[in-house]
Amino acid sequence: MTELTRMTAVDLAAGIKKKEFSAVDVAKAHFDQIAAVDKKLNAFLFIDEDGAMAQAANVDKKLASGEFLGPLAGVPVAVKDIFTQKDIPTTCGSRILENWRPPYDSTVVSRMKNADMVLLGKVNMDEFAMGSSTETSAYGPTTNPWDTSRIPGGSSGGSSAAVAGFLAPLAVGTDTGGSIRQPAAVTGTVGVKPTYGGISRYGIVALASSLDQAGPFARTVLDAALLHQAIAGYDPLDSTSINQPIPDFVAAAKHKDIAGMKLGIVKEFAGEGYQAGVLNRFNEAVAILRNLGAEIVELSCPSFTYALAAYYLIQPSECSSNLARFDGMRYGLRVDDGDSSVEQVMAATRAAGFGPEVKRRIIIGTYALSSGYYDAYYGSAQKVRRLIADDFNAAFSQVDALISPTSPITAFKIGEKLNDPMAMYLNDICTIPVNLAGVGGMSVPIGLADEDNLPAGMQIMAPVMCDDRMYRVAGALESALVSSWGGLLLDKAPRL
Amino acid sequence: MSKLSRDELRSIADLARIALTEAELDQFSSQLDVILDSVAKVQEIVNDEIKPMSHALDINNVFRADVVGNSLSATDALAAAPASEDDRFRVPRILEEE
Repeated sequence: MTELTRMTAVDLAAGIKKKEFSAVDVAKAHFDQIAAVDKKLNAFLFIDEDGAMAQAANVDKKLASGEFLGPLAGVPVAVKDIFTQKDIPTTCGSRILENWRPPYDSTVVSRMKNADMVLLGKVNMDEFAMGSSTETSAYGPTTNPWDTSRIPGGSSGGSSAAVAGFLAPLAVGTDTGGSIRQPAAVTGTVGVKPTYGGISRYGIVALASSLDQAGPFARTVLDAALLHQAIAGYDPLDSTSINQPIPDFVAAAKHKDIAGMKLGIVKEFAGEGYQAGVLNRFNEAVAILRNLGAEIVELSCPSFTYALAAYYLIQPSECSSNLARFDGMRYGLRVDDGDSSVEQVMAATRAAGFGPEVKRRIIIGTYALSSGYYDAYYGSAQKVRRLIADDFNAAFSQVDALISPTSPITAFKIGEKLNDPMAMYLNDICTIPVNLAGVGGMSVPIGLADEDNLPAGMQIMAPVMCDDRMYRVAGALESALVSSWGGLLLDKAPRL
Repeated sequence: MSKLSRDELRSIADLARIALTEAELDQFSSQLDVILDSVAKVQEIVNDEIKPMSHALDINNVFRADVVGNSLSATDALAAAPASEDDRFRVPRILEEE
């Protein structure tokens, strides 16, 4: 039998239901793997072994008493440390929230608990989700299971490393400008940024409220669809969650037939800065999609060239406002010598509690929103956002979905870009337009780049509330690629 | 676009309630120049005709009935407070002494 830690979520759930192994066996195998290899990865910030083993035992008990169990019952999941989970530390990768134990569950966490999933613990991230490498975490960088001298992507790098390193079959992350899709691409995993409003943001520490969206990580398209289905849907606790029936992602992932679908290649997503090996794998994947019967057209979205600039005004502006709540008054760190004014305590607390990237972005946002600069910066960025949404609308009037490389490059070395913020920001050049427009985006593995034998991903983008189209394209592509590889891309990764 | 002076940076950091060290002021002023130069590109393609977009969805205000529901107890709400007293958050002094 396959090792429990290398099985898909679908196979784990089926095996538990057939009593080939118990949910407790599955949880224990994952904790053993975490104990054996996480010192090389630093994916987990908090391991909830007691809580998870109790959840697993409860699944086995329900099964023994003949209770109905959902499709992911007993399946372990790693939770990005941005989701509140009652009484479990939630740090957001920051010193300012060190030791904070939230008094409530986020909607994503409560839905996973209701689905009888086993929550293994909290995983690392760039501080307050600001970064593309997980290096800005106050708790040290997470490494890439393909090569531990390299980054696992970010900001959801703990989630991508946990799934790629076989520490968890599934993980949840969040994506504000690419923070699920880019880590998925550079670790050979599947990562999905749903339509904005598709999954509740209740209980997710807010970075940029108009851009943030939670989504699944998995090793296969079908596993991602199952987790997505479990956590998606309207939530009265999030006033921006969409009150409409959610599409059937699982059926779309199983569909496998893309004959007659029209897919658009955005011609702005190529050229300088794109690694040749990434483009080679992308072009091969496009040829596969064509062979499977999809019609491929090239189209132009001229405003996408300005998306990065607009994003790095809108995102810091929103984050400067959202992070004002970390003032040392009601929870989290307080630096107080007992003799200072409230303003001095706030300034000292935030100086000690935030790392450099968070400080930089708060300052950029404060500047961009300040009177005298507002129209030139934030105001112009909001207009560019409109142009980007218009370009997507025009593209989706011609094609069913858009495709591009997910990240222009493969995983880079830890430390390589940490002191060059603009170089770091360029990692998100293909993923950012999706967040600005609020459409869906997904990354699926397409092979290893020629130069470095590291994973590359294809991004699939679909219109608002049509995330099922991404699963349909990704499911068909994965099926063709897996049969050519003779297994998952991750099977080629070195054993840790 | 004008470069961000050290004094300007210091006053923005004050507005954002972040006490920056001298070393941070040096490092950030050069990094922020690069970033601000780069993002200023947004001004190239915009005009007065374009309607600014603040959100991905056409969102409207969401109302609910004004009914008392479940909420955190004072004990739970104060559990993570750096300081509390008499069921309230204890904060540093807000008014200057006379």
